[in-house]
Amino acid sequence: MSTAPPDEAGLDRRVRDFLAVHDPAATDRRDFLRARFDAGLAWVHYPPGLGGLGAPRALQDGVDRLFAAAGAPGNRPERNAIGLGMAAPTILAFGTDEQKKRFLRPLWTGEEVWCQLFSEPGAGSDLAALATRAVRDGDGWTVDGQKVWTSMAHEARFAILVARTDPGVPKHRGMTYFVCDMTDPGVEVRPLRQMTGEAEFNEVFLTGARIPDEHRLGAVGDGWRVAMATLMNERVAIGGHAAPREGGMIGVVAALWRDRPDLRTPGLHAELLRLWADAEAARLTGERLRQQLAAGAPGPEGSAAKLAFARLNQEISGLELELLAEDGLRYDDWTMRRPAEVDFTRRSPGYRYLRAKGNSIEGGTSEILRNIVAERILGLPAEPRADKDVPWKDLPK
Amino acid sequence: MSDLLYSDVEDDLRAGLRALLAEACAWPDVLAGTETDAPYDAALWERLTEMGVTALPVPEAAGGAGASWREASVVLEELGRAVAPVPFLGAAVLGTAALLAAGAPDLAADASAVLAVPLSTPPGAAPDGVRADGGRLTGVITAVADAGAAATLLVPAGDGLYAVDPGADGVRVTEVVALDMTRRLSDVALADAPARRIGDTGAVTAALTTGAALLAAEQLGIAERCLEMTVEYVRTRYQFGRPVGSYQALKHRLADLWAAVAQARAVVRYAAGCAASGDPDLPVAAAVAQAHCSATAVRAAEECVQMHGGIGFTWEHPAHLYLKRAKSASLALGTADRHRAALAGLVGLPA
Repeated sequence: MSTAPPDEAGLDRRVRDFLAVHDPAATDRRDFLRARFDAGLAWVHYPPGLGGLGAPRALQDGVDRLFAAAGAPGNRPERNAIGLGMAAPTILAFGTDEQKKRFLRPLWTGEEVWCQLFSEPGAGSDLAALATRAVRDGDGWTVDGQKVWTSMAHEARFAILVARTDPGVPKHRGMTYFVCDMTDPGVEVRPLRQMTGEAEFNEVFLTGARIPDEHRLGAVGDGWRVAMATLMNERVAIGGHAAPREGGMIGVVAALWRDRPDLRTPGLHAELLRLWADAEAARLTGERLRQQLAAGAPGPEGSAAKLAFARLNQEISGLELELLAEDGLRYDDWTMRRPAEVDFTRRSPGYRYLRAKGNSIEGGTSEILRNIVAERILGLPAEPRADKDVPWKDLPK
Repeated sequence: MSDLLYSDVEDDLRAGLRALLAEACAWPDVLAGTETDAPYDAALWERLTEMGVTALPVPEAAGGAGASWREASVVLEELGRAVAPVPFLGAAVLGTAALLAAGAPDLAADASAVLAVPLSTPPGAAPDGVRADGGRLTGVITAVADAGAAATLLVPAGDGLYAVDPGADGVRVTEVVALDMTRRLSDVALADAPARRIGDTGAVTAALTTGAALLAAEQLGIAERCLEMTVEYVRTRYQFGRPVGSYQALKHRLADLWAAVAQARAVVRYAAGCAASGDPDLPVAAAVAQAHCSATAVRAAEECVQMHGGIGFTWEHPAHLYLKRAKSASLALGTADRHRAALAGLVGLPA
């Protein structure tokens, strides 16, 4: 049997052969997904035996399309975004063979949902300041601390976790990366209600939580490097599809403008057209980024896209409320919900306005992003650092 | 969706042009040139003509390079970076686009026909300063860009577009003092001047729309160069014991400016692609490009002046050349506000 990774034609054939044996209509959804993983057709760029075939990442799209065209079930309904986008590539890069075998398959099929225990009340943008302690305890670790902004924690079976294992060295050097079992009795998850009324996130309290040493990812003290790899993977996960004109929030407001001539005023017209042009510029920037990725030469424009997306969502949703006037005073529902996904389109304009406030905070605040652009892309001097050579335990908190 | 990246040919073209401009269009020479009577840098224009870059979108059969507005757009980026004092916009863009639309490509081969409309004219506006009477033109056209370089003036009058010899009896071209010292403006007075009808006013609209799409590339070049100069400066200028570029007040503004420039590149590429392929979306693409790039170029030049401190306010520093070009370009071929207003009709968002 050849060990060379398959090309596009080879993958097409494998998918058709697979579908011939596993009839999507007659196979249990989970069984189908497990078999697809075992056939190397889950994420084709992963190694053989781990859901892939070592093929180029770009060929995954075609495989997904063939499965979708055959009416096959996907793992999409599990919405395991953190597992797929962050945990899996980190496990692949830093995990032991046992860890890869244990975790990747049920992660991909969605049988085990993952969450991410990075941010803390005192360590958000300054992730390396985190205070959650992991102390060596026989053949494992005991973890104490508090994490925050944890999406999916209430449904997750496992978490990727960064904790401090050596407070006596400067902050970036004393951290270690673990896989945390969310069913451990030392793990308590509490919903964190946000200004929209719903609770997308959780607080997670770790009180004497136990983690076996086999669940450590990477070397002791190497947690910062592993965490950075995770965050890089998060940033690579950019949508591969071309967005249509008026595809985002601007489409909602443009439709409202067209439907309700009675609401129009000259000032709001000027504002709408300004935002329409800005949204179109942002869309073309995203499209250019997509073309760069497809050509194998990704540029740094993702940072521009994130900054623009946050600002546009906030300005457009604000305009929508002003345009609605009296109806803008209403809200749809303050009861606490636990949505699995942010849904801008099926909620009220008031919800959109409030939820958009999170866009310039989540996934890195716009201010931190500007620092990153200024320092890493423009090469401007770094902010003066007071904490670089100071042991973590001696830093002001 | 059209290709928003640069082709290898375009990258080569850019490299060649940048090398030429570094040697033949250094900013001290540009500054010195503004204090002469020469309406443009004739030596540089000749070298650009020899390179073939002034006739890129003209078919080979008509004596041009047989390329497209995409490549011409790259040329404009580089000319903008250098605030080059050459009549590329008036002749190689507006003049050529009018001639191509009028079906007279042979006249476009040497890029010496200039579209005689006020530079502020937005696409869709009908210039009405000139009256046609039996093949003779009478009237005044103010603030024409690059008229001093014209071997032929392309004059809209009534429902036609006319070719006029600027040396003919009854034609007077008078240079006016312009805010932009590197793109000269003239008033053109016609008194029963002999003219030859070559097309209708549709050619004027086409030229102005293509011009707006291409002008955005020049604005991108200006913005990009101003950002680079500024970044270079704030990294090395120390105040209070730190490079001023380490202050967040400046870093954040420069990061936002970088993001605006990155966006400008995408809209410029889209607009150039639409112009090159005759895409029916060109009017929208041009309007978006002007709405975005006018503001970005002006902001970049203004930040360049401000972040250079006192040095940025002096005659000896090139920042003012970029500021003057950027602000003038933001009024050229329709202000950003006019382009946004045009979008209202184009995308169905009426007042």
